Amino acid sequence: MSDPMTLKHSPLESCHLACGARMVEFGGWLMPVQYTGIMDEHRAVRSGSGMFDISHMGEVLIEGSGALEWLERLLTNRVGKLAIGRGQYTMMLNERGGVIDDLIIYRTGETAYFLVINGACRDMDLAWMRSRLPADGTVLLRDLGNDYAAIALQGPDSEKVLRTLYPQSEIPKRNGIATLGESEGFVPSLVARTGYTGEDGFELFVPVKDGSKEGNGESLWKSLLAAGVKPCGLGARDTLRLEMGYPLNGSDLSLDRTPLEAGLGKFVALDDPAKIEFTGRHALESQRSKGLPSLLTPLKLTVTGPPLRSHYPVLSEGLAVGETCSGALSPSLGEGIAMAYLPPSLSTPGTALEVEVRGRGYAAVVTTLPFYSK
Amino acid sequence: MNVPSDLRYAKTHEWIRHEDDSITVGITDHAQAELTDIVYAEPPKVGAELKAGATAAVVESVKAASDIYSPLSGVVTEVNEALTANPALLNTDPFGQGWIYRMKASNIAEIEALLTPDAYSAQIGQ
Repeated sequence: MSDPMTLKHSPLESCHLACGARMVEFGGWLMPVQYTGIMDEHRAVRSGSGMFDISHMGEVLIEGSGALEWLERLLTNRVGKLAIGRGQYTMMLNERGGVIDDLIIYRTGETAYFLVINGACRDMDLAWMRSRLPADGTVLLRDLGNDYAAIALQGPDSEKVLRTLYPQSEIPKRNGIATLGESEGFVPSLVARTGYTGEDGFELFVPVKDGSKEGNGESLWKSLLAAGVKPCGLGARDTLRLEMGYPLNGSDLSLDRTPLEAGLGKFVALDDPAKIEFTGRHALESQRSKGLPSLLTPLKLTVTGPPLRSHYPVLSEGLAVGETCSGALSPSLGEGIAMAYLPPSLSTPGTALEVEVRGRGYAAVVTTLPFYSK
Repeated sequence: MNVPSDLRYAKTHEWIRHEDDSITVGITDHAQAELTDIVYAEPPKVGAELKAGATAAVVESVKAASDIYSPLSGVVTEVNEALTANPALLNTDPFGQGWIYRMKASNIAEIEALLTPDAYSAQIGQ
Protein backbone atom coordinates (compact mmCIF):
# COMPACT_ATOMS: atom_id res chain seq x y z
CA MET A 1 0.00 0.00 0.00
CA SER A 2 1.17 3.51 -0.75
CA ASP A 3 2.05 5.98 1.96
CA PRO A 4 -1.32 7.32 3.21
CA MET A 5 0.15 10.83 3.17
CA THR A 6 0.66 10.68 -0.59
CA LEU A 7 -2.68 9.09 -1.50
CA LYS A 8 -4.68 11.10 -3.99
CA HIS A 9 -8.24 11.98 -3.14
CA SER A 10 -11.28 12.00 -5.37
CA PRO A 11 -13.28 15.24 -5.56
CA LEU A 12 -16.27 13.04 -4.64
CA GLU A 13 -14.78 11.65 -1.42
CA SER A 14 -17.30 13.35 0.88
CA CYS A 15 -20.14 11.82 -1.22
CA HIS A 16 -18.67 8.37 -0.73
CA LEU A 17 -18.34 8.77 3.01
CA ALA A 18 -21.93 10.05 3.22
CA CYS A 19 -23.04 6.91 1.34
CA GLY A 20 -21.21 4.63 3.81
CA ALA A 21 -18.39 3.64 1.48
CA ARG A 22 -15.50 1.48 2.50
CA MET A 23 -12.44 3.25 1.11
CA VAL A 24 -9.30 1.48 -0.13
CA GLU A 25 -6.09 2.38 -1.90
CA PHE A 26 -6.23 1.77 -5.65
CA GLY A 27 -3.40 2.80 -7.95
CA GLY A 28 -2.32 5.55 -5.57
CA TRP A 29 -5.89 6.80 -5.02
CA LEU A 30 -8.20 6.47 -2.03
CA MET A 31 -11.37 5.13 -3.64
CA PRO A 32 -14.59 3.35 -2.59
CA VAL A 33 -14.37 -0.44 -2.92
CA GLN A 34 -18.00 -0.98 -1.88
CA TYR A 35 -20.98 0.57 -0.13
CA THR A 36 -23.67 -2.03 0.68
CA GLY A 37 -21.80 -5.01 -0.80
CA ILE A 38 -20.25 -6.13 -4.06
CA MET A 39 -22.99 -8.68 -4.94
CA ASP A 40 -25.72 -6.18 -4.34
CA GLU A 41 -23.99 -3.46 -6.36
CA HIS A 42 -23.14 -5.86 -9.18
CA ARG A 43 -26.79 -6.91 -9.49
CA ALA A 44 -27.98 -3.29 -9.47
CA VAL A 45 -25.87 -2.56 -12.57
CA ARG A 46 -27.02 -5.72 -14.38
CA SER A 47 -30.71 -5.08 -13.64
CA GLY A 48 -31.21 -1.32 -13.07
CA SER A 49 -28.60 1.38 -12.68
CA GLY A 50 -25.45 2.00 -10.70
CA MET A 51 -22.85 4.75 -10.55
CA PHE A 52 -19.10 4.60 -10.10
CA ASP A 53 -16.72 7.40 -9.25
CA ILE A 54 -14.13 7.31 -12.02
CA SER A 55 -12.53 10.64 -11.13
CA HIS A 56 -9.20 8.87 -10.67
CA MET A 57 -9.07 8.32 -14.40
CA GLY A 58 -7.18 10.95 -16.38
CA GLU A 59 -8.53 13.22 -19.10
CA VAL A 60 -6.18 14.57 -21.72
CA LEU A 61 -7.03 16.95 -24.55
CA ILE A 62 -4.93 16.76 -27.72
CA GLU A 63 -5.42 19.55 -30.23
CA GLY A 64 -3.82 21.08 -33.25
CA SER A 65 -3.16 20.70 -36.95
CA GLY A 66 -0.71 17.88 -36.27
CA ALA A 67 -2.92 16.06 -33.74
CA LEU A 68 -4.26 13.29 -35.99
CA GLU A 69 -0.91 12.22 -37.38
CA TRP A 70 0.72 12.40 -33.96
CA LEU A 71 -2.04 10.28 -32.39
CA GLU A 72 -1.81 7.70 -35.20
CA ARG A 73 1.85 7.24 -34.27
CA LEU A 74 1.08 7.09 -30.56
CA LEU A 75 -1.86 4.64 -30.59
CA THR A 76 -2.67 1.21 -32.05
CA ASN A 77 -6.16 1.75 -33.46
CA ARG A 78 -6.82 3.91 -36.51
CA VAL A 79 -7.67 7.34 -35.16
CA GLY A 80 -8.42 8.59 -38.70
CA LYS A 81 -11.60 6.50 -38.77
CA LEU A 82 -13.20 8.62 -36.04
CA ALA A 83 -15.91 11.04 -37.09
CA ILE A 84 -16.45 14.04 -34.82
CA GLY A 85 -18.37 12.88 -31.76
CA ARG A 86 -17.18 9.26 -31.97
CA GLY A 87 -14.82 7.27 -29.76
CA GLN A 88 -12.76 4.08 -29.96
CA TYR A 89 -10.85 1.75 -27.65
CA THR A 90 -7.13 1.80 -28.32
CA MET A 91 -3.75 1.21 -26.72
CA MET A 92 -0.47 3.03 -26.24
CA LEU A 93 2.56 0.75 -26.62
CA ASN A 94 6.26 0.95 -26.00
CA GLU A 95 8.79 -0.02 -28.71
CA ARG A 96 8.72 -3.63 -27.53
CA GLY A 97 4.99 -3.77 -28.15
CA GLY A 98 4.20 -3.83 -24.41
CA VAL A 99 1.06 -2.07 -23.25
CA ILE A 100 1.71 1.24 -21.46
CA ASP A 101 -2.03 1.87 -21.20
CA ASP A 102 -5.35 1.05 -22.76
CA LEU A 103 -7.65 4.02 -23.24
CA ILE A 104 -10.60 5.50 -25.05
CA ILE A 105 -10.07 8.31 -27.52
CA TYR A 106 -12.96 10.51 -28.64
CA ARG A 107 -12.84 13.02 -31.47
CA THR A 108 -14.48 16.14 -30.08
CA GLY A 109 -13.68 18.59 -32.90
CA GLU A 110 -12.10 18.96 -36.32
CA THR A 111 -8.60 18.64 -34.81
CA ALA A 112 -9.46 17.99 -31.15
CA TYR A 113 -9.34 14.67 -29.31
CA PHE A 114 -10.31 13.76 -25.74
CA LEU A 115 -8.45 10.81 -24.19
CA VAL A 116 -9.52 8.98 -21.04
CA ILE A 117 -6.59 7.13 -19.45
CA ASN A 118 -6.23 4.82 -16.47
CA GLY A 119 -5.90 6.35 -13.01
CA ALA A 120 -2.93 4.27 -11.91
CA CYS A 121 -0.77 5.31 -14.87
CA ARG A 122 -1.70 8.94 -15.43
CA ASP A 123 1.78 10.26 -14.67
CA MET A 124 3.53 7.64 -16.76
CA ASP A 125 1.17 8.18 -19.69
CA LEU A 126 1.55 11.94 -19.60
CA ALA A 127 5.34 11.74 -19.40
CA TRP A 128 5.37 9.35 -22.38
CA MET A 129 3.09 11.60 -24.41
CA ARG A 130 4.89 14.85 -23.53
CA SER A 131 8.27 13.39 -24.44
CA ARG A 132 6.93 12.77 -27.94
CA LEU A 133 5.33 16.14 -28.65
CA PRO A 134 6.73 17.88 -31.71
CA ALA A 135 8.72 21.04 -31.07
CA ASP A 136 6.88 23.03 -33.74
CA GLY A 137 3.72 23.51 -31.64
CA THR A 138 1.39 21.72 -34.09
CA VAL A 139 0.19 19.42 -31.29
CA LEU A 140 -1.04 20.82 -27.97
CA LEU A 141 -1.52 18.62 -24.92
CA ARG A 142 -3.66 19.71 -21.99
CA ASP A 143 -3.88 17.58 -18.86
CA LEU A 144 -7.45 18.04 -17.58
CA GLY A 145 -7.20 15.21 -15.06
CA ASN A 146 -7.56 17.50 -12.06
CA ASP A 147 -10.25 19.67 -13.64
CA TYR A 148 -12.80 16.91 -14.13
CA ALA A 149 -14.82 14.83 -11.74
CA ALA A 150 -16.11 11.77 -13.56
CA ILE A 151 -18.98 9.41 -12.87
CA ALA A 152 -19.89 6.26 -14.81
CA LEU A 153 -23.67 5.74 -14.89
CA GLN A 154 -24.17 2.11 -15.91
CA GLY A 155 -27.04 -0.33 -16.30
CA PRO A 156 -30.13 -0.86 -18.47
CA ASP A 157 -31.95 2.10 -16.85
CA SER A 158 -29.10 4.55 -17.51
CA GLU A 159 -30.66 6.29 -20.51
CA LYS A 160 -33.93 6.84 -18.66
CA VAL A 161 -32.08 8.36 -15.72
CA LEU A 162 -29.97 10.61 -17.94
CA ARG A 163 -33.03 11.86 -19.84
CA THR A 164 -34.73 12.71 -16.56
CA LEU A 165 -31.72 14.66 -15.29
CA TYR A 166 -30.84 16.37 -18.58
CA PRO A 167 -34.04 16.53 -20.65
CA GLN A 168 -32.50 19.06 -23.06
CA SER A 169 -29.22 17.24 -23.56
CA GLU A 170 -28.14 15.36 -26.63
CA ILE A 171 -27.82 11.64 -25.79
CA PRO A 172 -24.96 10.11 -27.77
CA LYS A 173 -25.14 6.69 -29.44
CA ARG A 174 -22.90 3.83 -28.30
CA ASN A 175 -19.21 4.91 -28.25
CA GLY A 176 -20.20 8.50 -29.00
CA ILE A 177 -19.56 11.67 -27.02
CA ALA A 178 -21.48 14.95 -26.72
CA THR A 179 -21.50 18.01 -24.53
CA LEU A 180 -23.74 17.55 -21.54
CA GLY A 181 -26.65 19.98 -21.52
CA GLU A 182 -25.70 23.40 -22.82
CA SER A 183 -22.28 23.24 -21.27
CA GLU A 184 -19.47 25.22 -22.81
CA GLY A 185 -16.20 26.80 -21.77
CA PHE A 186 -12.70 25.69 -20.91
CA VAL A 187 -13.82 22.56 -19.07
CA PRO A 188 -17.08 21.63 -20.81
CA SER A 189 -19.25 18.93 -19.27
CA LEU A 190 -19.21 15.87 -21.49
CA VAL A 191 -21.25 12.69 -21.77
CA ALA A 192 -19.89 9.59 -23.48
CA ARG A 193 -21.87 6.42 -24.08
CA THR A 194 -19.14 4.07 -22.94
CA GLY A 195 -18.37 2.01 -19.89
CA TYR A 196 -16.64 -0.95 -18.34
CA THR A 197 -19.54 -3.16 -17.30
CA GLY A 198 -21.05 -4.62 -20.47
CA GLU A 199 -24.30 -2.75 -19.85
CA ASP A 200 -25.63 0.31 -21.59
CA GLY A 201 -24.39 3.39 -19.82
CA PHE A 202 -22.62 6.70 -19.82
CA GLU A 203 -19.44 8.26 -18.57
CA LEU A 204 -20.10 11.79 -17.38
CA PHE A 205 -17.29 14.32 -17.12
CA VAL A 206 -18.13 17.47 -15.19
CA PRO A 207 -15.97 20.23 -13.72
CA VAL A 208 -14.61 19.62 -10.23
CA LYS A 209 -15.50 23.19 -9.28
CA ASP A 210 -18.66 25.17 -9.74
CA GLY A 211 -18.91 27.41 -12.74
CA SER A 212 -21.13 25.42 -15.02
CA LYS A 213 -24.89 25.35 -14.85
CA GLU A 214 -24.69 21.58 -15.33
CA GLY A 215 -23.19 21.55 -11.85
CA ASN A 216 -20.04 20.05 -10.45
CA GLY A 217 -19.11 16.51 -9.51
CA GLU A 218 -20.74 16.51 -6.10
CA SER A 219 -24.04 17.93 -7.29
CA LEU A 220 -24.17 15.40 -10.14
CA TRP A 221 -23.53 12.55 -7.67
CA LYS A 222 -26.36 13.80 -5.46
CA SER A 223 -28.77 14.16 -8.39
CA LEU A 224 -28.04 10.62 -9.52
CA LEU A 225 -28.50 9.34 -5.98
CA ALA A 226 -31.85 11.15 -5.74
CA ALA A 227 -32.85 9.54 -9.06
CA GLY A 228 -32.41 6.12 -7.43
CA VAL A 229 -29.04 5.18 -8.93
CA LYS A 230 -27.09 2.83 -6.66
CA PRO A 231 -23.56 3.86 -5.63
CA CYS A 232 -21.14 1.10 -6.68
CA GLY A 233 -17.49 0.63 -5.78
CA LEU A 234 -14.40 -0.73 -7.42
CA GLY A 235 -15.27 -4.24 -6.22
CA ALA A 236 -18.38 -4.45 -8.38
CA ARG A 237 -16.61 -2.62 -11.20
CA ASP A 238 -14.06 -5.43 -11.22
CA THR A 239 -16.57 -8.32 -11.23
CA LEU A 240 -18.69 -6.58 -13.89
CA ARG A 241 -15.78 -5.96 -16.23
CA LEU A 242 -14.35 -9.44 -15.73
CA GLU A 243 -17.66 -11.12 -16.60
CA MET A 244 -17.38 -9.35 -19.96
CA GLY A 245 -13.70 -10.27 -20.35
CA TYR A 246 -12.62 -6.62 -20.43
CA PRO A 247 -8.94 -6.40 -19.47
CA LEU A 248 -7.62 -4.44 -16.49
CA ASN A 249 -4.31 -2.69 -17.03
CA GLY A 250 -1.85 -3.80 -14.39
CA SER A 251 -3.51 -7.22 -14.07
CA ASP A 252 -4.28 -8.45 -17.59
CA LEU A 253 -2.22 -5.89 -19.51
CA SER A 254 1.35 -4.94 -18.80
CA LEU A 255 4.56 -3.66 -20.35
CA ASP A 256 5.61 -7.31 -20.77
CA ARG A 257 2.63 -8.44 -22.88
CA THR A 258 1.51 -7.25 -26.29
CA PRO A 259 -2.07 -6.58 -27.42
CA LEU A 260 -1.80 -9.66 -29.66
CA GLU A 261 -1.07 -11.84 -26.64
CA ALA A 262 -3.93 -10.13 -24.82
CA GLY A 263 -6.34 -11.06 -27.63
CA LEU A 264 -6.90 -7.39 -28.49
CA GLY A 265 -5.68 -7.60 -32.10
CA LYS A 266 -8.86 -6.04 -33.44
CA PHE A 267 -7.90 -2.78 -31.75
CA VAL A 268 -4.52 -2.78 -33.51
CA ALA A 269 -4.65 -1.53 -37.10
CA LEU A 270 -1.70 -3.65 -38.30
CA ASP A 271 -3.39 -4.51 -41.58
CA ASP A 272 -5.07 -1.18 -42.27
CA PRO A 273 -3.19 0.38 -45.21
CA ALA A 274 -4.23 3.86 -44.06
CA LYS A 275 -2.58 3.39 -40.62
CA ILE A 276 0.84 4.97 -40.58
CA GLU A 277 3.79 3.88 -38.48
CA PHE A 278 3.03 3.56 -34.77
CA THR A 279 5.17 2.81 -31.75
CA GLY A 280 5.38 -0.93 -31.17
CA ARG A 281 4.39 -1.91 -34.70
CA HIS A 282 7.65 -3.67 -35.55
CA ALA A 283 7.57 -5.71 -32.36
CA LEU A 284 4.01 -6.80 -33.08
CA GLU A 285 4.77 -7.74 -36.70
CA SER A 286 7.77 -9.74 -35.61
CA GLN A 287 5.76 -11.49 -32.89
CA ARG A 288 2.99 -12.30 -35.34
CA SER A 289 5.39 -13.84 -37.86
CA LYS A 290 7.19 -15.91 -35.22
CA GLY A 291 4.05 -17.02 -33.44
CA LEU A 292 2.66 -15.77 -30.14
CA PRO A 293 4.43 -16.99 -26.97
CA SER A 294 1.20 -16.85 -24.96
CA LEU A 295 -2.46 -15.94 -25.19
CA LEU A 296 -4.71 -14.36 -22.59
CA THR A 297 -7.19 -17.19 -22.06
CA PRO A 298 -10.57 -17.21 -20.31
CA LEU A 299 -11.18 -20.15 -18.00
CA LYS A 300 -13.83 -21.20 -15.55
CA LEU A 301 -14.03 -23.76 -12.80
CA THR A 302 -16.12 -26.83 -13.58
CA VAL A 303 -16.41 -27.72 -9.89
CA THR A 304 -17.53 -25.76 -6.85
CA GLY A 305 -14.49 -24.04 -5.47
CA PRO A 306 -13.14 -20.92 -3.88
CA PRO A 307 -13.41 -17.59 -5.70
CA LEU A 308 -10.57 -17.31 -8.19
CA ARG A 309 -8.10 -14.47 -7.75
CA SER A 310 -4.91 -13.25 -9.38
CA HIS A 311 -1.63 -15.19 -9.17
CA TYR A 312 -3.10 -18.66 -8.72
CA PRO A 313 -1.13 -21.33 -10.62
CA VAL A 314 -2.81 -22.86 -13.69
CA LEU A 315 -1.94 -26.52 -14.29
CA SER A 316 -2.15 -28.80 -17.30
CA GLU A 317 -1.70 -32.50 -16.54
CA GLY A 318 -0.18 -31.56 -13.21
CA LEU A 319 2.38 -29.12 -14.61
CA ALA A 320 2.25 -25.36 -14.04
CA VAL A 321 1.61 -23.65 -17.39
CA GLY A 322 0.75 -20.14 -16.22
CA GLU A 323 -1.04 -18.18 -13.53
CA THR A 324 -4.29 -16.29 -13.28
CA CYS A 325 -4.03 -12.53 -13.79
CA SER A 326 -7.67 -11.69 -13.02
CA GLY A 327 -10.15 -13.87 -11.23
CA ALA A 328 -13.47 -13.72 -9.41
CA LEU A 329 -16.51 -15.60 -8.35
CA SER A 330 -18.85 -14.31 -11.04
CA PRO A 331 -21.87 -12.85 -9.22
CA SER A 332 -24.09 -13.35 -12.29
CA LEU A 333 -23.05 -16.95 -13.00
CA GLY A 334 -22.11 -18.17 -9.53
CA GLU A 335 -18.98 -19.72 -11.04
CA GLY A 336 -15.28 -19.15 -10.62
CA ILE A 337 -13.90 -17.29 -13.65
CA ALA A 338 -10.39 -16.15 -14.50
CA MET A 339 -8.03 -14.95 -17.18
CA ALA A 340 -4.53 -16.41 -17.60
CA TYR A 341 -1.69 -16.09 -20.09
CA LEU A 342 -1.23 -19.65 -21.38
CA PRO A 343 0.71 -21.32 -24.21
CA PRO A 344 -1.49 -20.97 -27.35
CA SER A 345 -1.68 -24.77 -27.60
CA LEU A 346 -3.66 -24.75 -24.32
CA SER A 347 -5.95 -21.84 -25.14
CA THR A 348 -8.52 -23.70 -27.27
CA PRO A 349 -12.03 -23.66 -25.74
CA GLY A 350 -12.77 -26.96 -24.06
CA THR A 351 -9.17 -27.61 -22.97
CA ALA A 352 -9.17 -29.17 -19.50
CA LEU A 353 -6.95 -27.47 -16.92
CA GLU A 354 -6.71 -27.06 -13.17
CA VAL A 355 -6.40 -23.96 -11.02
CA GLU A 356 -4.44 -24.44 -7.81
CA VAL A 357 -5.73 -22.68 -4.71
CA ARG A 358 -3.86 -23.15 -1.42
CA GLY A 359 -2.19 -26.30 -2.69
CA ARG A 360 -5.29 -27.98 -4.04
CA GLY A 361 -6.20 -28.31 -7.73
CA TYR A 362 -9.71 -27.45 -8.94
CA ALA A 363 -10.89 -28.64 -12.36
CA ALA A 364 -11.30 -25.84 -14.92
CA VAL A 365 -11.93 -25.53 -18.62
CA VAL A 366 -10.97 -22.98 -21.27
CA THR A 367 -14.08 -21.07 -22.31
CA THR A 368 -14.99 -18.16 -24.58
CA LEU A 369 -15.67 -14.48 -23.95
CA PRO A 370 -17.77 -12.92 -22.69
CA PHE A 371 -18.15 -15.13 -19.64
CA TYR A 372 -21.59 -13.64 -19.14
CA SER A 373 -24.19 -12.62 -21.71
CA LYS A 374 -27.88 -11.89 -21.30
CA MET B 1 -22.27 -4.97 16.82
CA ASN B 2 -23.37 -7.98 18.80
CA VAL B 3 -20.78 -9.28 21.33
CA PRO B 4 -22.42 -12.13 23.28
CA SER B 5 -21.47 -12.13 26.95
CA ASP B 6 -21.05 -15.92 27.28
CA LEU B 7 -18.13 -16.19 24.79
CA ARG B 8 -14.40 -15.43 24.77
CA TYR B 9 -12.68 -13.66 21.90
CA ALA B 10 -9.39 -13.59 20.03
CA LYS B 11 -7.85 -10.27 18.98
CA THR B 12 -8.08 -11.61 15.42
CA HIS B 13 -11.93 -11.62 15.67
CA GLU B 14 -12.70 -15.28 16.35
CA TRP B 15 -14.95 -16.38 19.23
CA ILE B 16 -15.07 -19.58 21.26
CA ARG B 17 -17.91 -21.18 23.16
CA HIS B 18 -16.76 -23.55 25.92
CA GLU B 19 -19.30 -26.28 26.75
CA ASP B 20 -18.22 -29.31 28.77
CA ASP B 21 -15.29 -30.79 26.85
CA SER B 22 -16.01 -29.10 23.58
CA ILE B 23 -14.89 -25.76 22.15
CA THR B 24 -16.90 -24.25 19.28
CA VAL B 25 -15.12 -21.68 17.10
CA GLY B 26 -16.51 -19.03 14.78
CA ILE B 27 -15.97 -15.45 13.65
CA THR B 28 -17.52 -12.41 15.28
CA ASP B 29 -20.32 -10.19 14.06
CA HIS B 30 -17.72 -7.44 13.63
CA ALA B 31 -15.57 -9.76 11.47
CA GLN B 32 -18.43 -10.81 9.20
CA ALA B 33 -19.47 -7.18 8.76
CA GLU B 34 -15.91 -6.25 7.78
CA LEU B 35 -15.63 -9.18 5.36
CA THR B 36 -19.14 -8.72 3.82
CA ASP B 37 -20.69 -11.13 1.29
CA ILE B 38 -18.95 -14.35 2.39
CA VAL B 39 -19.11 -16.70 -0.59
CA TYR B 40 -16.78 -19.52 0.38
CA ALA B 41 -15.60 -21.24 3.54
CA GLU B 42 -12.84 -23.80 3.88
CA PRO B 43 -13.01 -25.29 7.39
CA PRO B 44 -10.21 -27.47 8.80
CA LYS B 45 -10.32 -31.25 8.49
CA VAL B 46 -11.65 -33.38 11.33
CA GLY B 47 -8.64 -34.72 13.17
CA ALA B 48 -6.41 -31.79 12.25
CA GLU B 49 -4.13 -30.64 15.05
CA LEU B 50 -4.25 -26.90 15.50
CA LYS B 51 -1.97 -24.54 17.39
CA ALA B 52 -3.33 -21.42 19.04
CA GLY B 53 -2.80 -18.51 16.66
CA ALA B 54 -2.15 -20.67 13.59
CA THR B 55 -4.37 -20.68 10.49
CA ALA B 56 -7.28 -23.06 10.93
CA ALA B 57 -9.69 -22.09 8.17
CA VAL B 58 -10.18 -19.67 5.28
CA VAL B 59 -13.27 -17.64 4.53
CA GLU B 60 -13.61 -15.65 1.34
CA SER B 61 -15.71 -12.71 0.34
CA VAL B 62 -16.02 -11.65 -3.30
CA LYS B 63 -13.10 -9.31 -2.76
CA ALA B 64 -10.67 -11.10 -0.47
CA ALA B 65 -9.62 -14.33 1.23
CA SER B 66 -9.13 -14.16 4.99
CA ASP B 67 -7.38 -16.60 7.28
CA ILE B 68 -9.18 -17.68 10.43
CA TYR B 69 -6.82 -18.39 13.32
CA SER B 70 -7.48 -21.03 15.93
CA PRO B 71 -7.98 -19.32 19.29
CA LEU B 72 -6.80 -22.45 21.11
CA SER B 73 -4.53 -25.45 20.54
CA GLY B 74 -6.16 -28.84 20.09
CA VAL B 75 -7.72 -31.35 17.71
CA VAL B 76 -10.66 -30.67 15.38
CA THR B 77 -13.61 -32.93 16.26
CA GLU B 78 -16.34 -31.62 13.96
CA VAL B 79 -16.75 -29.08 11.16
CA ASN B 80 -19.86 -27.21 10.08
CA GLU B 81 -20.76 -28.94 6.81
CA ALA B 82 -23.64 -26.51 6.25
CA LEU B 83 -21.14 -23.78 5.37
CA THR B 84 -20.15 -25.57 2.16
CA ALA B 85 -23.58 -25.13 0.64
CA ASN B 86 -24.42 -21.91 2.44
CA PRO B 87 -21.35 -19.84 3.39
CA ALA B 88 -23.62 -16.82 3.90
CA LEU B 89 -24.54 -18.33 7.30
CA LEU B 90 -21.29 -16.71 8.45
CA ASN B 91 -22.88 -13.34 7.67
CA THR B 92 -26.42 -14.00 8.82
CA ASP B 93 -25.78 -15.94 12.04
CA PRO B 94 -22.09 -15.72 12.99
CA PHE B 95 -22.57 -16.85 16.61
CA GLY B 96 -25.10 -19.60 15.79
CA GLN B 97 -25.53 -21.52 12.54
CA GLY B 98 -22.40 -19.89 11.17
CA TRP B 99 -20.04 -21.70 13.55
CA ILE B 100 -16.96 -23.08 11.76
CA TYR B 101 -15.53 -26.02 13.75
CA ARG B 102 -15.47 -27.77 17.11
CA MET B 103 -12.32 -28.87 18.84
CA LYS B 104 -10.99 -30.58 21.91
CA ALA B 105 -8.53 -28.22 23.53
CA SER B 106 -5.15 -29.63 24.49
CA ASN B 107 -4.39 -26.84 26.96
CA ILE B 108 -7.58 -25.35 28.34
CA ALA B 109 -5.56 -22.75 30.29
CA GLU B 110 -5.04 -20.94 26.95
CA ILE B 111 -8.57 -19.61 27.38
CA GLU B 112 -7.24 -17.18 29.97
CA ALA B 113 -5.22 -15.45 27.24
CA LEU B 114 -8.40 -14.71 25.24
CA LEU B 115 -10.36 -11.49 25.55
CA THR B 116 -13.44 -11.09 27.70
CA PRO B 117 -16.56 -9.68 25.97
CA ASP B 118 -15.80 -6.28 27.53
CA ALA B 119 -12.20 -6.29 26.35
CA TYR B 120 -13.24 -7.35 22.84
CA SER B 121 -15.94 -4.66 22.71
CA ALA B 122 -13.29 -2.13 23.64
CA GLN B 123 -10.99 -3.42 20.91
CA ILE B 124 -13.62 -2.93 18.21
CA GLY B 125 -14.37 0.51 19.57
CA GLN B 126 -17.74 0.11 21.21
